Amino acid sequence: MRLVVDLNRCQGYAQCAFLAPDVFAMHGDESLLYRPEVEEDRREDMARAVAACPVQAIMVDANSPGGNPGSDREAGR
Amino acid sequence: MSVDGSLDRLKREGRIVVVGASLAGLRAAETLREKGFAGSLTMIGDEPYEPYDRPPLSKQVLLGRATADRTGLPRLRAVDAQWRLGVPATGLDMAARRVRLADGDEVEYDRLLIATGVRARPWPQEDEAELDGVFVLRTRDDAEALERSLAQGPRRVLVIGAGFTGSEIASACRERGIAVTVAERADAPLVGALGGVVGEVAAELQRKHGVDLRCGVMVTRLEGDSAGHVRAAHFSDGSTVEADVVIVSLGAQRNTEWLAGSGLGAGLRGIACDAGCRAFDIRGIVTDDIYVAGDVARSPHPLFGYQFLSLEHWGNAVAQAETAAHNMLSESADRRPHIWVPAFWSSQFGVNIKSVGVPSMGTEILIAQGSRSEHRFTGVYGYQGRVIGAVTFDQTKWLQFYQQLIETTAPFPPAFPTVDRRPEGQQPIPADFPDPSVPTHGPTVTLSGYAPDDRRLTFTPARH
Repeated sequence: MRLVVDLNRCQGYAQCAFLAPDVFAMHGDESLLYRPEVEEDRREDMARAVAACPVQAIMVDANSPGGNPGSDREAGR
Repeated sequence: MSVDGSLDRLKREGRIVVVGASLAGLRAAETLREKGFAGSLTMIGDEPYEPYDRPPLSKQVLLGRATADRTGLPRLRAVDAQWRLGVPATGLDMAARRVRLADGDEVEYDRLLIATGVRARPWPQEDEAELDGVFVLRTRDDAEALERSLAQGPRRVLVIGAGFTGSEIASACRERGIAVTVAERADAPLVGALGGVVGEVAAELQRKHGVDLRCGVMVTRLEGDSAGHVRAAHFSDGSTVEADVVIVSLGAQRNTEWLAGSGLGAGLRGIACDAGCRAFDIRGIVTDDIYVAGDVARSPHPLFGYQFLSLEHWGNAVAQAETAAHNMLSESADRRPHIWVPAFWSSQFGVNIKSVGVPSMGTEILIAQGSRSEHRFTGVYGYQGRVIGAVTFDQTKWLQFYQQLIETTAPFPPAFPTVDRRPEGQQPIPADFPDPSVPTHGPTVTLSGYAPDDRRLTFTPARH
């Protein structure tokens, strides 16, 4: 699944880095580095990180019954 | 429109075409669906990839922490679009409401959104630009090729241009232990965006991290070896640097060539639009069916004297796309202005640099908190007695406060005491921006146009 962090919003609270240190890591005192794509089975972890962010800066692929909306299947059309 | 219900019909069965399948295009498409657009949506993109995020390309990707093909943007909702990827738009017929594509196809629209963005400005000498080992960094393919080359352990990398992208590339190289020379025409890195006072700090950071930073010089020639691989660069001061990787980081050019002759007000500086994101035609009349968003747009901002701002900022692309999409589906009384306060970030040499407002309009700067020598401070920019911008180095938490001052046109210098005010922050000093009349490359903010209530064209001092 894909994710992006709005780094204008990010204040470096690092809640995400505590919850999923292999995906989110502080780089220096205040910069956040993250992996923009993680395995699909991490969806629950990511949902926790999204919810824990005090400034709601993390966005992930929407969860829809039919799988990721607008993924490669759509691009091939 | 409501007289004959045509807006309802547009929402139900209209045709919307988005040219540009990157951040702005995707967010606009999602917003259109969120607002109930049920008609046909076509996304046209010149790159063969689904929308991906560019900021990681000069950071995570060059650090080897993510690969360039894994930076796709998350989908916040289904957009149910026809995707025409890898097919650039080549022309626009405004009268027939048709977009021409490179493969000869034509796509008709009722509403068009142009979000074609910018591309990296190439090295001007074509034969030198084609040498192996010479790169630009803008696209996923650029990043992939550059990362591969860095992974091979070049003896020295030369970065031409110390704007944000160039500085981030230099930072990533140093972190990987690669020797780097940075050549910058101005007196310091980042001066176009942040001025000389802050540029000095950026220069210090680079040198502290082992960058061979050379300011006040231009690269006059790139030299290749017999195999066609770059081997050296010659500088305007007569010196030569041997480098096997050269990254040309001289800012961006707007992707508007495909609109030449269409009658739309598009050119080198982008596409002019009103605050509601509607494009102007060449007569200066606003169109009602063509909208613009993202890096390619130039729109007047009430907070900054109605100057036409062209902002190559991630947050601007998102906000403008959402506003454009909203307005495309709205009656005129329901339309919203794009009045996003400019903001951007950069991560380099372990420091988080963030900014709000338009620092480059500032004539003075006050180091309101912290200290430049500690590389941790807040700089506040003043213009005609008001706060116009702010920058923080590792002091993100204060930035929002200064954004409020900008939004409320608070007086400059701020009349109140601030936390951690140092002796250097007692008085404002000249912000030291380069003379805007001298051509330069790579500013993050370009100001132009006339304000109805402020026809002064000199908004930065001529000091260089």
